Amino acid sequence: MVVVVIVAVTLVVTAAVLALIRIEKGPSMLDRALGLDLLTASLVGAIAIEAAWVRRTETIPILVALSLVGFVGSVALSRFAAREPEGEGRVRSPEEVAAQARASDVMRTEHGHGGTAAAEAPDEQDEQDGGRTSGRGWRS
Amino acid sequence: MLFDAGTWSLITDVLAAVFILAGAFLTFAAGIGALRFPSLLARMHAVTKPQVLGLILLLIGLSLRVRSWSAVAMLALVVAFQLLTAPVGAHLVSRAGFRTGKVDESELQPNQMEPDDDEHTA
Repeated sequence: MVVVVIVAVTLVVTAAVLALIRIEKGPSMLDRALGLDLLTASLVGAIAIEAAWVRRTETIPILVALSLVGFVGSVALSRFAAREPEGEGRVRSPEEVAAQARASDVMRTEHGHGGTAAAEAPDEQDEQDGGRTSGRGWRS
Repeated sequence: MLFDAGTWSLITDVLAAVFILAGAFLTFAAGIGALRFPSLLARMHAVTKPQVLGLILLLIGLSLRVRSWSAVAMLALVVAFQLLTAPVGAHLVSRAGFRTGKVDESELQPNQMEPDDDEHTA
């Protein structure tokens, strides 16, 4: 059983590390939400393996709670944070903030409603992802 | 009795070990897939493996190991909640991917999210 637990924990921890790498790489918020889902799944797996190892049942309510609230993160991300406005991913300089404020003022005076055009702009596709897929010919 | 108590204990432990290894392997495979697959929907396909099948295998292994009916009832509850919540989360993530243009629609045969198809996008 010890060998089984060591192998299983190694597999689960490797999956968690790979999920962390995916969270770091992105490229979009939705990929990070998927990485969080995988991180939750591997956390549930690790708790289950530990409970199986020492034959205890006290940690099983943690699994119930995680399976109930584990999807809240990805739901919140996909409902509210999936649409990333241009330049949102980095800290802007004061000049850029002032320039955008001026631009939205101009837009408000011209169209009668302010700031929606910038928020509606679709996200730019990730160059890294596209380059990788075309290089490996996945989509051919 | 076919076997004595010690032999039964050994058999269930070995079965539990097999189930736990299978569940852990599915989690590992999902990690590989989430890192290496090229598109959002392909990664989502990989990530849903440990959320349902891997979880069920791990919890079968755990219940074979603890052998108490109250624990088995709570583990069945875990599986039921996960079966309710995992599709909701995956559906919302994929829909948000469609609406923000992160899904290459030329890959979809057929594309049921066609903009001029009112029946499916309503």
